[in-house]
Amino acid sequence: MSLTRTTAPTAAPLTNSLTAGKLPRHSPLIVLLASWLVTGAFFFVLMLSGAAEGFNIVGTLFFGTVVYCVAIFLLSYYVEGVRKAKDRLVTALVTVAFVVALLPLFSLVFTTLVNGLPAFLTPSFFTQSQRNVVGEGGGALHAVIGTLLITGVATLISVPIGLLSAIYLTEYGRGRLARAITFFVDVMTGIPSIVAGLFAFALFSLLFNDPGIRFGFGGAIALTVLMIPVVVRSSEEMLKLVPNELREAAYALGVPKWLTILKVVLPTSLAGIVTGIMISISRVIGETAPLLIISGFTASMNYDLFNERMMTLPVFVYTQYANQGADTQAYLDRAWAGALTLILIVMLLNLGARVIARIFSPKLGR
Amino acid sequence: MTTAVERPTLKAKERPGDRIFSTSTIVSGSLILAILAAVAAFLLVQSLPAFVADPEEFKGDATNFWQYVGPLAFGTLWSAFLALLMAVPIAIGIALFISHYAPRKLAQGLGYLIDLLAAVPSVVFGLWGIGVLAPLVQPFYTNLVEWFGWFPLFAGPVSGTGRTTLTVAIVLAVMVLPIITALSREIFLQTPVLYEEASLALGATRWEMITMAVLPFGRAGIISASMLGLGRALGETMAVAMVLSPSRDVIFQLLTSQNPTTIAANIALNFPEANGVGVNILLATGLILFVITLVVNMIARVIINRRKAFSGAN
Repeated sequence: MSLTRTTAPTAAPLTNSLTAGKLPRHSPLIVLLASWLVTGAFFFVLMLSGAAEGFNIVGTLFFGTVVYCVAIFLLSYYVEGVRKAKDRLVTALVTVAFVVALLPLFSLVFTTLVNGLPAFLTPSFFTQSQRNVVGEGGGALHAVIGTLLITGVATLISVPIGLLSAIYLTEYGRGRLARAITFFVDVMTGIPSIVAGLFAFALFSLLFNDPGIRFGFGGAIALTVLMIPVVVRSSEEMLKLVPNELREAAYALGVPKWLTILKVVLPTSLAGIVTGIMISISRVIGETAPLLIISGFTASMNYDLFNERMMTLPVFVYTQYANQGADTQAYLDRAWAGALTLILIVMLLNLGARVIARIFSPKLGR
Repeated sequence: MTTAVERPTLKAKERPGDRIFSTSTIVSGSLILAILAAVAAFLLVQSLPAFVADPEEFKGDATNFWQYVGPLAFGTLWSAFLALLMAVPIAIGIALFISHYAPRKLAQGLGYLIDLLAAVPSVVFGLWGIGVLAPLVQPFYTNLVEWFGWFPLFAGPVSGTGRTTLTVAIVLAVMVLPIITALSREIFLQTPVLYEEASLALGATRWEMITMAVLPFGRAGIISASMLGLGRALGETMAVAMVLSPSRDVIFQLLTSQNPTTIAANIALNFPEANGVGVNILLATGLILFVITLVVNMIARVIINRRKAFSGAN
């Protein structure tokens, strides 16, 4: 830097050797806008000539971006050489990849909002079931109750098991058993959800000798199989974050190991564990396939987990879509409203988890 | 103190609390292994009747279980493969964008955005696929068949609804993007900073730095992330069941109205009405799916774990 500064006055009439052979700083942005303009003009001419109906905004953005990738590569190739040109091309492609991935997310959230809001806002949606409803009206109360009951029981079963296993892995586990558990917990995260449902069905139809068994508790068991590995993984990560100094300080004071874990380790990592549990709930609350198989579907309220079929929100969405009656639109509206409810629940759980993590996480270090 | 001198090997007093607590953690840890074993065992027991079932019990023209499950397994692998083909390059791009291109302050927020995709329930993806995506891509399919119909994969006649294997593959690709992205991002961030700085200092452009330092370091990670994504795509049920207009044949064409269905989707569609041995047959196909995904996941995990051991980052 000091070198250029001292030589700058004498070299002023010459081109600056540090910026020569480089594109100006904002050239990617300008080239991008220019390519959108060019393709936009092309589609505008198409529209005027009557070859296409209306202005093709999607085509403009898509082909404009393609033109940009080519243009920036060629421009950079002539000014900066092939290496820099490749770099700019890849930068463009990588950014495009990111934007492309966001498109489905926005499209999905947008369509769910637009299609789901009308039925979602009708007062009956959260106060009535679908019993004796043909066509319009009715609600999803039975599905909401079912989802809360089944997910609640699944949480009650899987959190103690998952948390204790995580404690075993971080505090006690050495050797082969611990390694086997870590490995198979990872493998278990990949079990297809429908297989969990089939397992619950196979288990209970054998136990109760009922080849057509459908009940809510079975769904809870299926969700437990899916939920435990997520709880174990996240709690394990959180327990590992607790500094060893805290444990050693407790031991030095003569506190037994189990009390150290209960009174020192767990409280320190509580926020992280709660976050993990909320995220794992949000992971299983949208599961459709296992509940379709073992909990079945019904149009009526059912508060009894151990008797009769029980409706849940994801299955509600599916059945409303799959078994459309004569008044198709009413069923579709309810399906989208159910989808909106699900997305809201999942997003709230995720947001809540992040907020808890941010507010209550222990302030380690300085 | 005096006892310590007399007995050099100090042993902590066994407290009942410690005993109970450590035992309960071991029990619940082992319970996880037991559950996994139970999943395999109960599925196997309930599937046995399917392997010796009468030829009449199978739907379609299959005469034994393997003929029945073969096309389904093909459909499962084929759609998952197509999904990965689309998802892996994009996921690597996103991971690079978040880890090396995006402004530091934005990077984490952008990562959350991609993770949100993972939070959307699959049944909603199904609704979206059939309500938005299929009508959107159908005109493109018509053009594809018109212009590239000579290419075997794009042979006609084109489906009028857009509910084809390619649409399903796109939906699956969107669904597996977050998991592949998240894992590759982690791996890319683990690249030793010294490697990156060294290559930049030698005058490499950012892309050259990535090809020389980041990608070789993360290759195993990318492979295993893709395999985990593959496992997710293989087992995905509702999106496939809702979007695809199914048939039970081995068909490679992507755009016709005849599409090979997947094991999971076939179970979801037929289970509510199945009875007798039909239930056992569906359970047996589930067992096959379980074995396939288990193998895929185990390979992926072994690669990840080996990588951890040799990683220069830690």
